[in-house]
Amino acid sequence: MSKRWKFNNSVSRRAVLKGATGAVGLAAGSGGITGFPYVHSAEPKVLRYLGTAVNEGDDISKKCLEDTGIKIEYITATTDDVTKRVITQPNSFDVLDTEYFSLKKLVPSGNIFALDARKIKEFDNITPVFTKGQLPNGKKIGAQGTAPWKVLYLEGANSKKFSTTPTEFVTLIPTVYNADTLGIRPDLIKRPIASWTELLNPEFKGKASILNIPSIGIMDAAMVVEATGQHKYADKGNMTKAEIDLTMKIMTEAKKAGQFRAFWKDFNESVNLMASGETVIQSMWSPAVTKVRSMGIACTFQPLKEGYRSWASGFCVSKAVSGPKLDWAYEFVNWYLSGWAGAYLNRQGYYSAVLSTAKANMTPDEWGYWMEGKPAAGDIKAPDGTVLEKAGAKRDGGSYDDRMGAVACWNAVMDENDYMVRKWNEFIAA
Amino acid sequence: MVEDRRSFVAWLQAAPMMLIFALFFLLPLLFVTIVSAWDYNEYEMIPAFSLRGYTDTFEGCIAELPGLCTILKTYLKTLKLCLLTWILTLLIGFTVAYFLAFHVRSKTWQIVLTLLCTIPFWTSNVIRMIAWIPLLGRNGLVNKGLQGVGLIQEPLEWLLFSEFSVVLALVHLFTFFMVVPIFNSMIRIDKRLIEAAYDAGATGWQTLVNIIIPLAKPGIVIGSIFVITIVMGDFVTIGVMGGQQIASAGKIIESRLNALQFPAAAANAVILLGITIVIISALTRIVDIRKEL
Repeated sequence: MSKRWKFNNSVSRRAVLKGATGAVGLAAGSGGITGFPYVHSAEPKVLRYLGTAVNEGDDISKKCLEDTGIKIEYITATTDDVTKRVITQPNSFDVLDTEYFSLKKLVPSGNIFALDARKIKEFDNITPVFTKGQLPNGKKIGAQGTAPWKVLYLEGANSKKFSTTPTEFVTLIPTVYNADTLGIRPDLIKRPIASWTELLNPEFKGKASILNIPSIGIMDAAMVVEATGQHKYADKGNMTKAEIDLTMKIMTEAKKAGQFRAFWKDFNESVNLMASGETVIQSMWSPAVTKVRSMGIACTFQPLKEGYRSWASGFCVSKAVSGPKLDWAYEFVNWYLSGWAGAYLNRQGYYSAVLSTAKANMTPDEWGYWMEGKPAAGDIKAPDGTVLEKAGAKRDGGSYDDRMGAVACWNAVMDENDYMVRKWNEFIAA
Repeated sequence: MVEDRRSFVAWLQAAPMMLIFALFFLLPLLFVTIVSAWDYNEYEMIPAFSLRGYTDTFEGCIAELPGLCTILKTYLKTLKLCLLTWILTLLIGFTVAYFLAFHVRSKTWQIVLTLLCTIPFWTSNVIRMIAWIPLLGRNGLVNKGLQGVGLIQEPLEWLLFSEFSVVLALVHLFTFFMVVPIFNSMIRIDKRLIEAAYDAGATGWQTLVNIIIPLAKPGIVIGSIFVITIVMGDFVTIGVMGGQQIASAGKIIESRLNALQFPAAAANAVILLGITIVIISALTRIVDIRKEL
């Protein structure tokens, strides 16, 4: 008797120890402890998801676990650090969520793996913004910069060359995108703003800002330069050295004249600058405007006549992913496009890649407010339930077609990127 | 023989430290130096000899004469901020240490007050810096207060996102690094020396200049090394408090890293290291720390 008891005891102790080390390992891996991870399953479906904080909502991972049994472990980094990590540590993640413009660096590195379009259920329903560069109604969209449709396909599974015609090898399965413009404080400016030129208007001396991420900041600068009529770029996303010089010269003069209060680099910095009234006009991101507004401070994501600077991101996998992990990755991406996540993204002011499935997961009023530019019938709530807009409000910039249709250029990596970064440093030092 | 064995034991005792030093300091430093002379493209380092990282960095330095090129401007700015921070932390740090060492009599109070000096380190770097905005901002406490009293009509813009705010934040952060080594030197000054000076009729000022400062020199130099090395390499504080509009040597390295131009970043790191070493060796030439300790 006593022998058997002992045996049982030792077994259970080992199990406990195993469980404990597993839990510690998982907790260490996920970077935070959210309840007890299960260790009893023979092979838990876990995917390490590398991306920026923008898309890494806890709600999404929770819902995904519920629907598919796949546990998502977020690895959060800034845009630049995501790229750095893919290049230097391709084995440290499974699924990559990144922007199309970084593909020019990632694809030649050979560290990412193109997904097979035939295994993506909703691929044919992905908005033509990505596949053809046009709106669902057929209107063409501005193609300057690294527009997603230019880098969507590869020539073969292991190819490092982008294909101009559709193939089944897709670099990034589209997930989320948006059109960026200037954010303004209408209560402090007190007059209509209609053009990018206003960023350098001496009226706002010491109260303007742009972001200090060179590849994006220079695009905003180019929008301004072109709006002032000083130069017309062949492609704002791929400037010649002379164009970079000209753009930076104009920005340097403005900087020396004290036009800028500060530059920002991080989401919260942009919110602080705007909310505290340090700036009244600056480049901004949609959710940052929403955040300022949710603090009870008037802030408008101002549509401008020259159009928007757009960005888009999507999923691919690390080249190290194979076997069942690859299957889970497909399962996850398919789940992501199946509607719940899309609706979640739309409710934050982003746009989802498959509009039809997202629509099915939103109320008609939500869809009307976020996507059709209609006045809200009831209060519009954020995914966490806080009220974003009262009934009657309309989205800045209007409908999906109005906003995405007015895109002028896309975030880009230029051929002269190296030169541009040096010039940007010169601008900061000026 | 005995001599041999002794020196062997001494080496053995020093071995763990040497090993750690070699593995985690010298080796990485060697790699950085090697990489700084590599070539690179958009996404990878190419292990072929190229001084592009260096030549790019000094781009325009001759062509733009008599104007200053980017790298010189950046370093002049960094040195200026460093010098201002150093002078202020030294003055404040010395004063605080002097007070703690000579005016506070009880050990307990010395410890309590020293701990109070660590308050700036109780919160994270970023939060500490963000906290300045409601204080110094256009609508911040200082401006509102001055306007309320009627001293100024328009808010003072230079309070925030300026060299003033950068130096203020750096001094706030790093004075403690001055206080501790100086205090440590002062506390070891033989009190009888000061009594002797007093008995010989020296004034307070004479005692300070002729006795305390010379004997506190090692502390001053060690504190200076801390402050100078940290400020020379800083890019976070200068970035946030300068509104990202003030260049710093560290910032150049960061933006090169973010653009995946690792060799160029390494080249800049080597340059920064070289300049910092020159400053530090100049300092240690003034005071031989090893002799003084």
